Amino acid sequence: MFEITREPIDILRLNESVARPEAGGIALFIGVVRDHNLGRAVDHLVYDAYPEMAELQMRAIAGEARARWPICEITMSHRIGRLEIGEVSVAIAVSSAHRLEAIEACHYAIDRLKESAPIWKKEVWTEGEAWV
Amino acid sequence: MARVKVLFFAALAEAAGRRETYIEVGEGEAVGRLPALLVAAFPRLDALCANVAFAVNAEYAAADRALRDGDEVALIPPVSGGCDVRDHT
Repeated sequence: MFEITREPIDILRLNESVARPEAGGIALFIGVVRDHNLGRAVDHLVYDAYPEMAELQMRAIAGEARARWPICEITMSHRIGRLEIGEVSVAIAVSSAHRLEAIEACHYAIDRLKESAPIWKKEVWTEGEAWV
Repeated sequence: MARVKVLFFAALAEAAGRRETYIEVGEGEAVGRLPALLVAAFPRLDALCANVAFAVNAEYAAADRALRDGDEVALIPPVSGGCDVRDHT
């Protein structure tokens, strides 16, 4: 599953979507909205995306991860719209027979997602806002 | 002539006051020329286009990519998905 969604991300559903009888480990990365950045108090975030392209990028990143590690399943979800402090903005779940491959592939996928997916974030502070 | 659809996101969408527009360009015009061509209609884009990347039909494209009639072009500001901005500043 590779999705850009306006709905809250269901972590359990993501987890279940990669569970396999042959998978002995699931790595789950959860990105959440933090209340500060670079010394400023953040009130909330607004995410924007080019959904069709972002989902294609997710598929491409999954293909890269599969080429590097013998993983079973990988799934990614990124939320857009207004998110409050503590809400989940992004989640990636990876399953593999053994834990190390899942952990490494998950780490790789979130790094790649952040550098290549057309997704943008606006920080809204009490005294202003900026796309960062 | 080639009629292309242009998509705006994030700060560019706010500056343009919309999320998409259509523009007529010469057949084979380089996608990298689009910001200069769009500034007449959307002057506030001028200050924001220095660091944009381009996507044509949902794939990243080099600035010299030739445009064809019906292409969908996205102006891609620096991306910032995920949850932590420290490593893309």
